[in-house]
Amino acid sequence: MATKIATFITMLLFWVMLSGMFDAFHFSLGVISCLLVTLFSHELLFYGDKKRSWVLGILGVVLYFPWLFWQIIVANLEVAYIVLHPRMLDMIDPCLVRFNTQLKRPIARVALAQSITLTPGTITVNIDEDQFTVYALTRSAAESLPGEMERRVGKALDSAS
Amino acid sequence: MLWIAGFLIVAGLFFFAVGVLGILRFPDFYTRLHAAGKCDSLAAVLVIAGVALYNLTDYSLANLLVSIKIMAIAVFVFVASPTATHAITKAALVIGVEPWTRKDREQ
Repeated sequence: MATKIATFITMLLFWVMLSGMFDAFHFSLGVISCLLVTLFSHELLFYGDKKRSWVLGILGVVLYFPWLFWQIIVANLEVAYIVLHPRMLDMIDPCLVRFNTQLKRPIARVALAQSITLTPGTITVNIDEDQFTVYALTRSAAESLPGEMERRVGKALDSAS
Repeated sequence: MLWIAGFLIVAGLFFFAVGVLGILRFPDFYTRLHAAGKCDSLAAVLVIAGVALYNLTDYSLANLLVSIKIMAIAVFVFVASPTATHAITKAALVIGVEPWTRKDREQ
């Protein structure tokens, strides 16, 4: 039930944001469509993990985003420095790294893969079972994996283990 | 507000310029993807945030909604851009494009 209400509220907020019209006719149209969508596909948005409440999950994601954005800024500046450096070819050392993750939930793994790809200097190539394959631009970027990012993603999204 | 918006847009343009330079300067397909995919993550978001702020200088509810919509673009870019980068990299590795390594440099 809680997931249904959460889905409905999310959908309604999205509707209001997109329509921008608050008169009775348009708003009731929105309520009806959101109710239908919630009825048909409420298990898609917040799907069940009995062990942990989804309120905590949302809070974790909200807390994770500022840190991720800060990492993106720092890493972007590093890549910008490499790009603008006259002896750029001496500084880069591309390599493939493989590491095993402790994350269990698929959503947490996807979030980690997307975060790795978002931070400049590293691209997730493949996830096979527990093994991540990451293509890194520099040796130092490769060595920093998975490190703190995995811990933070685990805290935000993975079930407590 | 106007100055902050301007600063954000200029900073975004700087990172886009760095991304273009990176595409031109890096030695092979994969390293170029680093430059191409990466300027999306920060530069695009900076520009989008700047535009959203600029839109808010003339404050009204309608403008606020438009700004939120603009920021929604940033969210979708955040999801779509790494997915695309990952897909292109994996496709290239699967068909066997050889990555550039230190050895190529020494030859």
